[in-house]
Amino acid sequence: ITCLVMYLFAEFDDAANLLAANPDATTISIDEPVEIPKNQHSRLQEPGREEDDELLGTDDSDKTELLAGQKKSAPFWTFEYYQTFFDVDTYQVLDRIKGSVFPVPGKNFVRLYVRSNPDLYGPFWICATLVFTIAVSGNLSNFFIHLGKPTYHYVPEFRKVSIAATTIYAYAWLVPLALWGFLMWRNSKVMNIVSYSFLEIVCVYGYSLFIYIPTAILWIIPQKVVRWVLVVFSLCLSGSVLVMTFWPAVRDDNRRIAVATVAAILLLHALLAVGCLAYFFDAPELDFPAPVIPAHNGTTVVTKSH
Amino acid sequence: FPGLADVSVSQDIPVEGEITVPVGSNSPDDDYSTLDEPVKDTIMRDLKAVGKKFVHVMYPRKSSTLLRDWDLWGPLVLCVSLALMLQGGSADSKDDGGPQFAEVFVIIWFGAVVITLNSKLLGGTISFFQSLCVLGYCVMPLTVAMLVCRLVLLAGAGTVSFIIRLIVVGAMFAWSTLASTAFLADSQPPNRKALVVYPIFLFYFVISWMILTFTPQ
Repeated sequence: ITCLVMYLFAEFDDAANLLAANPDATTISIDEPVEIPKNQHSRLQEPGREEDDELLGTDDSDKTELLAGQKKSAPFWTFEYYQTFFDVDTYQVLDRIKGSVFPVPGKNFVRLYVRSNPDLYGPFWICATLVFTIAVSGNLSNFFIHLGKPTYHYVPEFRKVSIAATTIYAYAWLVPLALWGFLMWRNSKVMNIVSYSFLEIVCVYGYSLFIYIPTAILWIIPQKVVRWVLVVFSLCLSGSVLVMTFWPAVRDDNRRIAVATVAAILLLHALLAVGCLAYFFDAPELDFPAPVIPAHNGTTVVTKSH
Repeated sequence: FPGLADVSVSQDIPVEGEITVPVGSNSPDDDYSTLDEPVKDTIMRDLKAVGKKFVHVMYPRKSSTLLRDWDLWGPLVLCVSLALMLQGGSADSKDDGGPQFAEVFVIIWFGAVVITLNSKLLGGTISFFQSLCVLGYCVMPLTVAMLVCRLVLLAGAGTVSFIIRLIVVGAMFAWSTLASTAFLADSQPPNRKALVVYPIFLFYFVISWMILTFTPQ
């Protein structure tokens, strides 16, 4: 060991001698990310920040991926363990929401946005917002539909909030659990390149429900065509996010099982949307006057007018 | 002690003197001698503390009284009165009525606990009960709004009364949210403030919705 230490000291002496002899030599310091050549210094003051953002972005991703292995080391009965699931800033949450609403074709939501930092803030509060949005919008929509009728008495329908909460939270937590279990089981049979942790699946499902919040608000419009167009549109957007996330995880498997898995994911998602529409929003009634029914035989015509 | 066995005291020796330790601090809440005070003083002191906090909510300034001396009496009184006033809504026996007493109670307390946990998980430095105290006290404008709504509904239930109720509830909702944000936002990390404020907004929105949709039978 002393030989190694002597050798290292010798190296440092050499370097110091070299620097003393040649003070203008450029030395590479290890903590600079990229060597910026001198003629680009003027560009750093410009407001164009795309390159800096890209560099910083990759740096952040490198750092997070390096640190990911060291993050969740607190035991699960301490508070710090659960704090690791809320380690997101405002702009990260907004980015993830944006990524779930505008799916980039070919890019994976998990790889692009979650990047081994799954959070529980988004899924929990998006589900809570969705529960109250659906309950309030359904109530408002029914109010406007039945507004003119004399027999209608407005009720707040508060029971539906608890039903909405149970449905949406069950969907957002049990379906990822089932999907994760299924993917783990297939992983043990067929070696998949891509595999997700349970929290990443919960994250994707939670953020994919965001599109239903503006959809539920727009469902107040009492037109059947508008509502169904909205259902199809939101289903396409969030369904594509889910498909692009989970297709790489099953595509190495048996072709039929892969297709069946993706079809089941889409079917459950569609079922949630259609079920909420059917249960919370009354059908808009078409209000044209009832057609006059001609009497069949003259003898049985009974005047029903008051 | 055998040597003291035959010592007898034949007369009463009065014992006098000061036992109290001279306390040099001039803190207002030295409570070592509150056991002997009349009950009225005890109750009035707590009531004054609660009343001072109500005033702080009405004029939200950055004072630390609400945060430092937290208590949960005020939130309890507000929650119970709000839940009581939300009773008598339509259709007690049918399923589609307004929220029951237990539902209002659970929403307010469970909602406040969840928001507090959320802010602590995001790295906030406020303590659990301080946050509960602030969120509970900031329900006060909405309780006032409920009172006003009930009075307006006594006069009639038409469109005009709905517009009055909408304006009042909307204003009180904004007041509640701003008051609680003014107290709670400072203890959050700076790049997560919006993440903490949004659940508070949702919480008061739900309570405002319950107040606005209250229809007496």
